[in-house]
Amino acid sequence: MGKRVGIEVAIAAAEAAALCRFDMAAVYPITPQSHVAEHLSDIVNDGRVDATFMTVESEHSALSAVIGAAGTGARVVTATSSQGLLYMSEVMPIASGMRLPIVMIVANRAVSSPINIWNDHSDIMPMRDTGWITFFSDNGQEAVDMVIQAYKVAENREVLLPVNIMMDGFQLTHMVEPLIMPDQEEVDRFLPPIVPYATLHPDKPVSMGTLAMPEIFSEAQKAKDVALVKSIRVIKEVWKEWEAQFGRKYEPVQTYRTEDADVALVTMGSMGETAEVAVDALRREGVKAGLIKIKLWRPFPFADLKNAVKGIRVLAVTDRAVSFGGPGGPVCSEIRSALYDEPARPAIVNYIIGLGGRDVQVEDFIAMVKKAAGGKLSEPYEFYGVRG
Amino acid sequence: MTTLTSSPKIIENFDLYAPKLVSRQEFFSPGHRACQGCAEALAIRLMCKALGKETVITNATGCMEVISSLYPTTAWNLPWIHVAFPNSAAVGSGVEAGLTSLRRKGRIPDKRVKSVAIGGDGGTMDIGLQALSGAMERGHDMLYVCFDNEAYMNTGIQRSSGTPFLASTTTAPAGKKIPGNQVWKKNVMEIMVAHNIPYVATASPAYPIDFMNKVKKAREVKGPAYIHCLVTCPTGWRSPSETSIQLGRLAYETGVFPIYEVEDGKYRFTLPLPVKRRPVGEYMKSQGRFRHVTPDQIKTIQERVDIEWEALMIKIESSRSRAEIREQLRK
Repeated sequence: MGKRVGIEVAIAAAEAAALCRFDMAAVYPITPQSHVAEHLSDIVNDGRVDATFMTVESEHSALSAVIGAAGTGARVVTATSSQGLLYMSEVMPIASGMRLPIVMIVANRAVSSPINIWNDHSDIMPMRDTGWITFFSDNGQEAVDMVIQAYKVAENREVLLPVNIMMDGFQLTHMVEPLIMPDQEEVDRFLPPIVPYATLHPDKPVSMGTLAMPEIFSEAQKAKDVALVKSIRVIKEVWKEWEAQFGRKYEPVQTYRTEDADVALVTMGSMGETAEVAVDALRREGVKAGLIKIKLWRPFPFADLKNAVKGIRVLAVTDRAVSFGGPGGPVCSEIRSALYDEPARPAIVNYIIGLGGRDVQVEDFIAMVKKAAGGKLSEPYEFYGVRG
Repeated sequence: MTTLTSSPKIIENFDLYAPKLVSRQEFFSPGHRACQGCAEALAIRLMCKALGKETVITNATGCMEVISSLYPTTAWNLPWIHVAFPNSAAVGSGVEAGLTSLRRKGRIPDKRVKSVAIGGDGGTMDIGLQALSGAMERGHDMLYVCFDNEAYMNTGIQRSSGTPFLASTTTAPAGKKIPGNQVWKKNVMEIMVAHNIPYVATASPAYPIDFMNKVKKAREVKGPAYIHCLVTCPTGWRSPSETSIQLGRLAYETGVFPIYEVEDGKYRFTLPLPVKRRPVGEYMKSQGRFRHVTPDQIKTIQERVDIEWEALMIKIESSRSRAEIREQLRK
């Protein structure tokens, strides 16, 4: 059995990759990912994992290098944040298009300008359509568990897609949390060695990343979409296996006190735990509040969401990124779209919160729920608590 | 005046001895879609012969990727990966890291497989320079070969930092006011030499044995190596396709493109030196991209070529290998 330790979450996430016995890592430092990068190098240089560690000259090259290594059949890891993730964006859809089981840890941080190193989700949202499986962790334990789960999902023959794990910058990465680090024997039992589908080796030459004309390009895109949509079945299976072995339950959409809820908050990432406290406080006041936490952003869990919102009158969806000039936040946009065809659907209001590390406290969530109870805001979406 | 072009005995005798030097095995197979007279496709074919089977190729986006990998076909009988335009050096370094790790861990056969990344002048000298510098600096056991045809030919002959002075391209056209490309070609060789890597060389498929020998030498190097290969592009240079090899030879014989190597810091010519360098006009005259160039401008180019040639001669005469310097310091 793993044991409970006090550990910084960024370090714990790197330790989780080590438990998966990665063969190769390539990273470029960026705040607040840097402790992941540093600790991966500690692990390799101390000989705790037999791997090749590359300190590349950019995030673009970090993802490119892990693609090359994954092409040879190696189990790889990289990590980034914010501008670094955007710098990788050219290579992101190539990794998924080439169906390489890469695992990336993302320390979510705001995107410039103005430059800001603190947490929001504006880095991952532009990556939404790059074909990666995207997990959102609420806390350090989830970040650790999801790194290990990610390899099992990514390397599944029916999936063969890259997975990235979101953990909020500073709020999670730099927190020392009491969490259970699984032990090596347990992880070895859960995660078998990688069996690559095809590899770059002269004994059996293959061509990877070829050119597709219009006659076949759409079919390739459809195949990627089908693989991503279908991966939810494997993700759920892997999470069931995880629960059976480790006792911690994971679901694409996690609900908290929603059974008889009138108004439910929707969150992604570390603010879910603050929102839980707000829900408890509201319940004590007699307000039938609930919380829906989205843990799986891609593939989007449409069926699970529809199930989770049954009977709820108002959804107060929080977004930590802005779709500028668009419908508000990307999460709300997704949820509205997901529920549009439902015969009975909740009223939906959208709050943009917690940009660039702006603190959102229990009282704020309470106020948001109370204001949302009317089912409509005065604006299509509200920058909650923002001047101007 | 005796030059390699005017005395083609070597070519006449090619059939006699070439089979002993060159593998008959094709790793870059015919049927690809390169233009007639494409010296780059020829150079790749020769490079693959010299590299042999135990090789993984990483190809930057560009002509060679387009003409060789049209799904569901492939011209490659070697393992081959293409990811994007600016990152073939980064991907190739990742391939090396992956192979090294898996070999060490006994998950693939215990034999040396060389990671070779290739790109055009745009993918190497412009958009890929950062990734190239990173890969060379990190000391990977890999070879990078730049196939320099002196412009973005795949996208339609746009100017790159490899484009020669005054050459007309579609983004540096010979206009009424500005006569083509206004700056001198970037000297990537010196950038690579500055990385203090074991082996750096220029080459041309017009000198196939020299080129293949360099590829073999670079393959044997334990660490990073870089070869800069000038390849005629009849489409972009506006030259008759049957003159591609002749132009490659003239590029050397005029001194426009010196063919040399830098091994462990020591500069050396690898071909017989032209007794007298031919005037640069002889190289330029059959190329449409230089059609607009005036005699005065040719003089300017001649002067520059003379200076650069002499600057290289000085390095060849005075440079010493790191090993020699080490010996001297020990004495």
